[in-house]
Amino acid sequence: MSTLATSSPPAWPAVFTLAQRELVRFFRQGNRVFGALGQPIIFWLLFSEGLRGNNLDYAFFFPGTLVMILLFTAIFATISIIEDRNEGFLQSVLVSPAPRWAMVLGKVLGGAAIAMIQGLIFLALGAFTLRYASSLPEIVQAIVLMAVISIALTALGFTIAWRMDSTHGFHAVMSVFLLPMWLLSGAFFPGTGNGWLAWIVRLNPLTYGVAGLRYYLKFAQATPTTGPASDAAAGAPPIDALPPLSVCWIVTLAFAAVMLLAAWKISASRTAGDLK
Amino acid sequence: MPAAIHAQYVTHRYGDRTAVDDLTLEIAEGELFAFLGPNGSGKTTLFRVLSTLIPLQEGDVAILGHDLRRDMTAVRRQLGVVFQAPSLDKKLTVGENLTHQGRLYGLSSSELSARKTELLAAVGLTDRERDRVETLSGGMRRRVELAKSMLHRPRLLLLDEPSTGLDPGARIDLWKYLRQVRERDGVTIVLTTHLLDEADRADRIAIMHHGRLAALGQPDALRAAVGGDAITIKTDHPDELSKSIAERFTVQPAVIDGAVRLEQHEGHQWIPRLVEAFPAEIQTITLGKPTLEDVFIARTGHRFFGDASGDEDQPKKKRRGLARG
Repeated sequence: MSTLATSSPPAWPAVFTLAQRELVRFFRQGNRVFGALGQPIIFWLLFSEGLRGNNLDYAFFFPGTLVMILLFTAIFATISIIEDRNEGFLQSVLVSPAPRWAMVLGKVLGGAAIAMIQGLIFLALGAFTLRYASSLPEIVQAIVLMAVISIALTALGFTIAWRMDSTHGFHAVMSVFLLPMWLLSGAFFPGTGNGWLAWIVRLNPLTYGVAGLRYYLKFAQATPTTGPASDAAAGAPPIDALPPLSVCWIVTLAFAAVMLLAAWKISASRTAGDLK
Repeated sequence: MPAAIHAQYVTHRYGDRTAVDDLTLEIAEGELFAFLGPNGSGKTTLFRVLSTLIPLQEGDVAILGHDLRRDMTAVRRQLGVVFQAPSLDKKLTVGENLTHQGRLYGLSSSELSARKTELLAAVGLTDRERDRVETLSGGMRRRVELAKSMLHRPRLLLLDEPSTGLDPGARIDLWKYLRQVRERDGVTIVLTTHLLDEADRADRIAIMHHGRLAALGQPDALRAAVGGDAITIKTDHPDELSKSIAERFTVQPAVIDGAVRLEQHEGHQWIPRLVEAFPAEIQTITLGKPTLEDVFIARTGHRFFGDASGDEDQPKKKRRGLARG
């Protein structure tokens, strides 16, 4: 009797099946779905009403908020690698003939898909408050860029989570690394000037994702120029202060590629959790 | 025909602790083979190396003719692995778990659905296909694990402590299934166990101690090699009693874990002689035919249970479980 499988490694079915599993698990956990739908709605209400009520420029904060949603969801989706390991599921994937890169890619694409679901909900809700002045191709390109950002962030989450035995350590990483990374991505403070902060903003790969979305997501609503809003809006760079769009794409794609490579590299190592 | 497992000079270290020490053995295709040893004896580490979970550090291993280092993918295709820790996704149904596994092994969807039906019938879980794993009992989950590991028709099935957490009935089912798989499909079965009676059911066993092979052979042959009967004497002063017995009868008793042990033919004749000679010292005296534990003691000089050395890496809970088994 011979084994059933063919001789080539079953890479793409493995990618597909692992990504699908992430989504199935996500939709089976009611509280995760509730959170996933609730978060964009709450952020939408909070930012649109809160900022507008205070005469702050909601349109300026919109792309940054979108990236924050992608960041949080993508990162938390990959924490599931810790669960997979603790529940033993990962062991059986590690000894299967599917190549390691397929395991990484399946996991990352599944997590990125969950992040995209939330990002797209937020994007759609935005249309109720801010009228998009973007053309359809621009919206489509924005969505593609969002997907690349999601993949980069999910792969980053995978790389961080791989060597962790519990989710506790993740909170520290979240507050000292991921949150500042978002704050310093031009989502909040514009990265202009020559201070050290501005340099961090420029070196932060996420900056280029946020900037790219600023190009594509245009709003009909005028930027308020009166009242306290002008202080906040004064910091908003005009579109020509942003890095060129081509640079945004190159950096974001490179960010995703480097993070996928890092995730692939680190997944060769075994942790104490694999040995039980 | 290549051996199912051909291992030569295999050594594995965690830091400076040697878990498997220069191990060489060969397992033929079609064998039902057990690695027997207490926790910390190195059998689980060996299992991890053979299952490709951790890399081979030193030595050479060929599985069904494929080199473990050079031809990892080919090895993995031929292997079915059942880990000690459950590997099922509890949020998914039984059927979904099998589907994912099949895709990881590159099965086509028609093969996959045929194999799923066949294996669920074999483990008696056809009616549970749509149930989530979290709703199944421990015994049923283990049966799903078995079905999962056999999905791609492996030629070698590796199981790490497969009876852990199973009640006696489920244990009997497990062994029935393993024998069936071997007889019908010709699959080689290699398992690890710390249960002496379980090892007794294998064709051949390897007794492991401190990462080395303490004994290798058929259970009956190993028992026969121990010699006569085993006499165990409990006493307050084992060392002195042992010395006295040695002087008086010119035999060589051993002191193992506070008891005096003597292996002799016609053991029953020794009981009255010993009791008459040392009436005050002997608290209890027992006579037994050699068991695999006696084989272990004879080969290692240690009792099978309660030998804590080399056990540091195992959680306390497991050790307690072992003492019960």
